[in-house]
Amino acid sequence: MDLSDTPQEAEFRARLREWLGKVLPSLPAKPSPDDWPGRRAYDLGWQRTLYDAGYGEVHWGADPAVRMIFLEETEKAGAPYVGANFVGLLHAGPTVAAEGTDEQRARWLPPVLRGEEVWCQGFSEPDAGSDLAALRTRARRDGDHYVVSGSKIWTSHAEVADWCELLVRTDPDAPKHRGITWLAMPMDAPGVTVRPLRTLAGSNEFAEVFLDEVRVPVANRVGEENDGWRVTMVTLSFERGTAFVGEVVACRRVLGELALAARENGRWDDPVLRRRLGRLNAEFRALWRLTQWNVSEASEGVPGVGGSVFKLRYSHARQELYEAAAEVLGEGGAALDLEQPWVLDRLSSLSYTIAAGTSQIQHSIVAERVLGLPKGR
Amino acid sequence: MRFQLSEDQRALQTGVRGLLAARFGREQLRAALGVGEAPELDRGLWRELGTAGFFSLRLPEEAGGVGLGLPEAVLAFEEAGRVLLPGPLIATQLAAGVVPGAATGETVVTVVDGGGVVEWLGAADVVRGDAEGAAVLRSVDPLTPLHRVADPDSGDRTDVLLTSLLTAAEQLGTAARVCELAAQHARTREQFGRPIGAFQAVQQLCAGILVRVELARAAVYAAAVTVDPVDIAAARLLADEAAVRGARDCLQVHGGMGFTWESDVHLYLKRAWVRARRPGSVTEGEEVLAAALLAEAR
Ligand SMILES: Cc1cc2nc3c(=O)[nH]c(=O)nc-3n(C[C@H](O)[C@H](O)[C@H](O)COP(=O)(O)OP(=O)(O)OC[C@H]3O[C@@H](n4cnc5c(N)ncnc54)[C@H](O)[C@@H]3O)c2cc1C
Repeated sequence: MDLSDTPQEAEFRARLREWLGKVLPSLPAKPSPDDWPGRRAYDLGWQRTLYDAGYGEVHWGADPAVRMIFLEETEKAGAPYVGANFVGLLHAGPTVAAEGTDEQRARWLPPVLRGEEVWCQGFSEPDAGSDLAALRTRARRDGDHYVVSGSKIWTSHAEVADWCELLVRTDPDAPKHRGITWLAMPMDAPGVTVRPLRTLAGSNEFAEVFLDEVRVPVANRVGEENDGWRVTMVTLSFERGTAFVGEVVACRRVLGELALAARENGRWDDPVLRRRLGRLNAEFRALWRLTQWNVSEASEGVPGVGGSVFKLRYSHARQELYEAAAEVLGEGGAALDLEQPWVLDRLSSLSYTIAAGTSQIQHSIVAERVLGLPKGR
Repeated sequence: MRFQLSEDQRALQTGVRGLLAARFGREQLRAALGVGEAPELDRGLWRELGTAGFFSLRLPEEAGGVGLGLPEAVLAFEEAGRVLLPGPLIATQLAAGVVPGAATGETVVTVVDGGGVVEWLGAADVVRGDAEGAAVLRSVDPLTPLHRVADPDSGDRTDVLLTSLLTAAEQLGTAARVCELAAQHARTREQFGRPIGAFQAVQQLCAGILVRVELARAAVYAAAVTVDPVDIAAARLLADEAAVRGARDCLQVHGGMGFTWESDVHLYLKRAWVRARRPGSVTEGEEVLAAALLAEAR
């Protein structure tokens, strides 16, 4: 059991820290949360900066320990988050890397890494959320194209995406898990309509996507026809297993800020609140240790069910963190001051136990796949 | 960074598990349960543990010890926690090299360490700290006799941090074991024509136990590596929670059977309760962790 950096890791850390110190002060100002084109440009710009400095591939790099260091150091230094690059960098990209052909990797991966193209995820449908395999969006074969019709919902970043990792039903007669195919669909194809949905936070970060006879080349299929469920499991294991881990470092920073704010406004003298923050400190320290443990275990390849264990506890802890933030704010906790970061974060934290598989679904996954309990209903 | 057990650590874990399974399995556990009167310490077992190096694990080889570190001690105590091994194990290991005979298991050592209660006072050959006027306290755990001391601060607090860490290791072992017991029962007990583990409410209880175990494990192992007081406080907090809540949920999964003396679940819960009272408990830990927030954020 070793938690210290190897000489190579220490060197990487030092080099990164120095580079961040140089590059961050000259970064342009953050766009407002509602300015989606601005956010796209900002997020892509940051990815390009990373790429040019040789850090473009750090989320996929062969060495996950290096990724942990990257996440720690960038967060500590206050560097931008992946933002609109979330799907491309953290789960569509890794899926193409693991399951795509050489041509597909050559076509799709470099633009993600260079900060040129944004991806979104078209999995969920109005009647297929937790029961994802019940999806109904149809794709019929017409020569070397699939012709796709149906609709997707809650598609994050759809408004600014170039590509969509899309699940379609290619065999309506097969059992529901057997007739699904994974496609990469260009978002500017004729027949794609994006209609923004308003979130409870008042923002429009996700959308409905309507597909009307959209022609997608067969060459854009990742994996075999009707074998998309297996590919989907790969995507979901990246999404649940590794996509959120960097945020734990951010939560630790927020917790420190909360403590300082509570000392400023006198709330720190309340032992109940103080101890609540202390408990959250234990929680987030341990979540980071769990990340390091999972990373050391699965040092390469597709992450295992450890991701579900992590996601369950993390999504809950994140909500507790921002509940505590509201306590620290006192009466300010009821003010809808969206300039105040904790208010927006409290609202958005509500999605963490829903998106990427609800907590109920994660409980069943852990029970069945880790503990070997019989399949539930 | 490679935060995983090394080959040697895995071998140690397997070795200790094997030794304890052979020497303190379920039959011995049940046999150790007296009916109402105070339990006896098994001196033979204590010496065998000594011979196997359990108490001298962290003593340098020059001093006749095994020469291993805290991570290894944590693994050994986790195994002790899995089988509910009784006795003042931590106090005796911490006394190895200081109190003659502790390292070999000839001398049984207990300690007054600020918690206001002393475990196994009657059975101990040596008491570290001042146990003047100690009075019998009827223990909730039938396998851990307790005394109350008049002045809890009169004790020997030098090893409080290590005691807290090794306590967390024992709690972790207990939590991991109750997780297995809950899952085992859920797989086999049938109601409404199928195993109860197929019901989501039961799946949720079991998965919750496991998640707490995994989080506590990461925290406890990390604290063993860093020996940082804040890490230790976090480890203890999460391990106490994993053991106490895990045992309670395990009892729930066992239904009426879980409420009987015959089932072992209550023994895990009661031991977890007693350990949770040791110094470094929830309130103290939360305060340490809160203070650290201010210190780290500057
Ligand atoms: C902020 C946000 C962003 C999202 N982004 C995307 C995206 O980019 N792309 C995308 O494809 N999807 C996205 N989603 C959709 C998300 O994956 C689904 O919302 C989620 O999988 C749950 O599906 P549902 O909303 O249909 O809820 P339902 O499946 O209808 O569930 C409703 C409730 O019933 C419970 N439930 C359902 N089935 C079971 C069961 N078998 N056992 C126990 N409980 C059950 C659920 O846990 C939940 O509490 C996003 C969602 C949110 C909130």
